[in-house]
Amino acid sequence: MTDIPFLSLAIWIPILGGLLVLASGPDRNAWMARMVALLTAIFGLAVSLPLYFRFDTATAAMQFVELRSWIIEFNINYHLGVDGLSVWFVLLNSFITLLVVIAGWQVIQSRVAQYMAAFLIMSGLMNGIFAALDGVLFYVFFEASLIPLYLVIGVWGGPGRVHAAIKFFLFTLAGSLPMLLALLYLYSVTGSFEILDWHRAALSMTEQSLIFFAFLAAFGVKVPMWPVHTWLPDAHVEAPTGGSVVLAAIALKLGAYGFVRFSLPVAPDAAMAYAPLVIALSLIAVVYIGFVALVQADMKKLVAYSSISHMGFVTLGFFMLNPLGVEGALIQMISHGFVSAAMFLCIGVLYERMHSRQIADYGGVVNTMPKFAAFFMLFAMANCGLPATSGFVGEFTVILGAVQYNFWIGLLAATTLILGAAYTLWMYKRVVFGAVANEQVAQLADIGAREFFFLAVLAACVLAMGVYPFPFTEVMHTSVTELLRHVYTGKLL
Amino acid sequence: MNFAAPDFFPAAAEIFVAVMALAVMLSTTFARNIARSLAYALAQFTLLVTAFITIFTLDTVVINDFGGMFVHDLLGGILKLVVCFAMMIALLYGRAYLAERRLDRPEYYLLALLMMLGMMVMITANHLLPLYIGLEMMSLSLYALAAFDRDNACSTEAGMKYFVLGALASGLLLYGMSMVYGATGALELPAVAQAVAGQTANKTVLLFGLVFLVAGISFKLGVAPFHMWVPDVYQGAPTPVTLILSSAPKLAAFALALRLLAVALPGLAGHWQTMLMLVAAASIVLGNLAALVQHNIKRMLAYSGISHMGFMLLGLLSGGGGTADSTIVAYSGAMFYAIAYALMTLAAFGMVMLLSRAGFDAGEIEDFKGLNRRSPWFAVLMLFVMFSMAGIPFFIGFFAKFAVLEAVIAAGHLWLAALAVVMSLIGAFYYLRIVKLMYFDEPLDNAPISASPELQLMLSVNGVAIAALGLMPGTLLSLCRTALAASSITG
Repeated sequence: MTDIPFLSLAIWIPILGGLLVLASGPDRNAWMARMVALLTAIFGLAVSLPLYFRFDTATAAMQFVELRSWIIEFNINYHLGVDGLSVWFVLLNSFITLLVVIAGWQVIQSRVAQYMAAFLIMSGLMNGIFAALDGVLFYVFFEASLIPLYLVIGVWGGPGRVHAAIKFFLFTLAGSLPMLLALLYLYSVTGSFEILDWHRAALSMTEQSLIFFAFLAAFGVKVPMWPVHTWLPDAHVEAPTGGSVVLAAIALKLGAYGFVRFSLPVAPDAAMAYAPLVIALSLIAVVYIGFVALVQADMKKLVAYSSISHMGFVTLGFFMLNPLGVEGALIQMISHGFVSAAMFLCIGVLYERMHSRQIADYGGVVNTMPKFAAFFMLFAMANCGLPATSGFVGEFTVILGAVQYNFWIGLLAATTLILGAAYTLWMYKRVVFGAVANEQVAQLADIGAREFFFLAVLAACVLAMGVYPFPFTEVMHTSVTELLRHVYTGKLL
Repeated sequence: MNFAAPDFFPAAAEIFVAVMALAVMLSTTFARNIARSLAYALAQFTLLVTAFITIFTLDTVVINDFGGMFVHDLLGGILKLVVCFAMMIALLYGRAYLAERRLDRPEYYLLALLMMLGMMVMITANHLLPLYIGLEMMSLSLYALAAFDRDNACSTEAGMKYFVLGALASGLLLYGMSMVYGATGALELPAVAQAVAGQTANKTVLLFGLVFLVAGISFKLGVAPFHMWVPDVYQGAPTPVTLILSSAPKLAAFALALRLLAVALPGLAGHWQTMLMLVAAASIVLGNLAALVQHNIKRMLAYSGISHMGFMLLGLLSGGGGTADSTIVAYSGAMFYAIAYALMTLAAFGMVMLLSRAGFDAGEIEDFKGLNRRSPWFAVLMLFVMFSMAGIPFFIGFFAKFAVLEAVIAAGHLWLAALAVVMSLIGAFYYLRIVKLMYFDEPLDNAPISASPELQLMLSVNGVAIAALGLMPGTLLSLCRTALAASSITG
C-alpha cells in the first residue's frame, strides 16, 4: 500500500479550494472563481480515483486507513478509512461535484464565488462522512454538511426558498440529534468513539432497540423514508439545479449509507427484529410515493418523489438482510446517483431556457431540441429501470432479494417497474413529444457543448453500469458478505 | 496569638487591579481634558498587565493564603485569565460606541476595573466572606454600569430593576451563607466541607441554607426561574454594558457556583444536583422557547443566554456521582461551556456593535438583513457565531454541548439529555433565522460598515477563534481538565 493520504486529500482539497474560491471576492472576479473551482473539482476527482484503482477487493477490512488522535480528552480520533461499502460513494461524490461546477458555469451569475465555494466545501465534508471511522468525526461532518446546502437552497433557490431551506435544516437536525445521544451513549458503554469498536461491543436488546431507533431517526429523515420525507420535495423544487443534483445524488445516500455503517452492524439484533417495520415503511415509499409522483404537475417535484420511491428500494434491499438485497441496494444507490443527477440536470437545462418547471408549459420539445431529447430519453428509461441501463441492475437485484425473502414483498416491490415507467414516461411524453406547445418552445435552442459534455458523461456512466456492473459489485462483494455474517452472528449480551 | 504577615505574592494580580483602579480615579480627576482616553488606556493596560501576572503565576500547586480566605490554584488562574481577556475585548468593542454617544466617561472604566476586581476576588475566594464581598463588588459596579446612560429611561430602568432584584438575590445568598455558618460553625470553604462530611452539622438548617444558596447562584447566572431580570437588563442597558454583563460575570458566577457547591458542599451533592437539574431544565426550555419570538437582538441573545447557562449547569450537576475522575470530566465540561459561551456572546454583541454607528443602534434582528451583501466577511463570522450557538459542528459551541451532554449521559440522566437535545433543535430555529436574514434577504440600508479598525480586527480574531477552537478543541478541553484536577475541589 501507499503512504499518500488519499482520503484526507479527497476531503481537504475541496474544502481548501473552496476557501480559496471565496477569497476571489466579488462577482467582477467571477471568471477566476469559476476557474479555481473547476481546477479544485478536477483535482479532487483525481485524488479520489486511486481509491478505486488501488482498492483490494479480497478483504472486508478498512483500507487507506489514517489514524491520528484528534481530541484526546474524549478519545476522539481523526480516523479515516473505506471499505467496499463506502469507497464508491467517495468517487461518486467527487465526480458529481465536478459536474455541478460545470453545470453552474453560466447559470449562476450572482455571488459566483460563494456558490462554487459552497459546493466544494460540501463535497469535502461529504467525503468526510463516507470516510469517517470515528463516530464523532462522522457526526461532525454529517452536521456540518447541512450548512452549505442550507445556504445553497436559501440564497440561489426559487421563490419559496426560505421555507424550504429552514425545513430542510430543521428536519435533518431533528433526526440527527437523537443520533448524537446514541453516539454519546455508546461512548459511555464502550469508552470509545471508534465505529469498529462499536461493531464489536455486545449490547442488550433494550439498548440495541433504543440505539436502532435513534439511528433510524437520523438516517430515515436523510434517506428520506415515508413519513418524514416531506422536506425533500420542497427542498428539490426550490433548490437551484446544482443543489438538487447534490441533494439527490449524494445527500440522500448519506442516510442510506448510515444504515449499513451504523444501524445494521451496531445494533444487528434490533435490526433483525425491526426489519419488518423498515420493510413496511420502504414499501409504502415505493408504492404510495410512486402514485404521488404520478400526479405531479411540476417536473422537479415529480423527480423528487421518484427519488423517494427509489430510495425506498434501497432501504428495502438493506433490510432483506440477504446478499442480493444489500448488494442490489448499494448498486441502486450508485445508479440513482447518476440517474437522478442526470434527471435534475435535464430539468435544469429546460428551466434555464423557459424559467418554468410546469409540465403543462412544455410539449414538442423534441422538435426544437433533438439532441437534448435523446439524452433525456435515455435517462428517463434509466429512471424506470430499463435493462442495459444502470437503473435495471439495482432494481432487479433488489427484487430478486425481495422474492427470496418473501414472494409478496417481492411482488409489491416489483410494482415500481410499472409505476416508475408510468410517471417517468408519461412526463417525458407530455414534455418532449407532441406538437410544439407554444411560442417559447418553438424558440428553444438545443444544448451547447458544455451541456452536451456533462450529459454525455452521465449517459456513458449510466450505460456502462447497466451493461457491465462487475466493477461495482466486485468492490462491494467481500464487505457485504462480512456485514451479513456479522449481522447474523448477533451480539446480544 | 502570633500574627504572621500574609504572603502577598499569590494575590499580586488582585492587588495590582485595586491599585490601578485608584490610579484611574485619581489621574482622571486631575487630567480632565484627556480623561476619557486616559481612562480607557489605563484600563486596557491594567487588564493586559493583570493577564501577564496571571499567566506568570499559573501553577498547579494549591496555595492557601490570607488566613485561608484566599486560594491560589490553577482553576482560579485560568478563570481569571479568561475573565481578563473577556473584559479587554468587551472594553475594546464598546469604545467607539460609547464615544459616539459621549458615554465614555472615566467612571465607566473605573467601574469596569472595580468589577474586574470583584470577579477576581470571587474566583479566588476560599471563604464565605470574600466570596460574598467579591460578588457584591462586581454586582454594585454592574448596577451602576447598567444605568450608565442616565438620560435614557430604558437604561435607568434597567439599572434600577437589576439593582432591586440583584440586591434581593444577594440577600438570599447571604442568608443561605449564614445558615451554612450556623449549621457548620465554619466560614472557610474546606472547613465547611469537613463539617458536612463529619455529620456534625444540623442537616435541616444546612439544607434550608442550601436552597437559598442555589437561588442566589441561579440569579447571578441568570437561569430560570430567577431569570426575570435578564431580558430587560440586557435590552435596556447600553450595548457595551450588555456585552460586559453577558460575558465575564457568567464566568465569575460559574466560579461562585463551583466554590460554593463543589468545594464547600460536596457532601450535599445529591441535593443540589437535583435542584440544579430542575433549574437547568427550566432554563433550557424557557430560554429557547422565549427566544423564538423576540424581535430585538439583545433580548433574543438574553434568552439564548438563559438557555446556554442552563446547558452549562448540565455539566455542573453531573459530577460527584461516580469516581473523582468523572467529576473532573463533568465540571471541566461546564467550564469549557462557560468559556465557549463567553467567546460566542462577545462575538455576537460585537456584531451588534459593528452594525451600530453614531445615531443608530442595531438593536433589531432585522438590522442583520442582507449583511452578506454589505460585508461577506462579517456575515460569515456571524454565521460562525450563530451556528456555534446552535451547537452545529465545526464550531466551539458544538463541542461545548458535546462535553456537557457526555457528562449528563455518563451520570445516567438520559431524560435530561433528551430534553436538552429537543430544546436545542428549537433553539436552532432562531439562530437559523439570523443566518436567513443575513444571506437570503436584501439589506434594509446599504450604509458601509464604518466601525473602527481595531473593532473589525478583534471581531475577526474572535470569530475565527470560534471556528478554530471548534476544529481543535483539545487544548482548551485539556486546560480545563488540568485546571480542575489541580484545584481545591476534592471531587
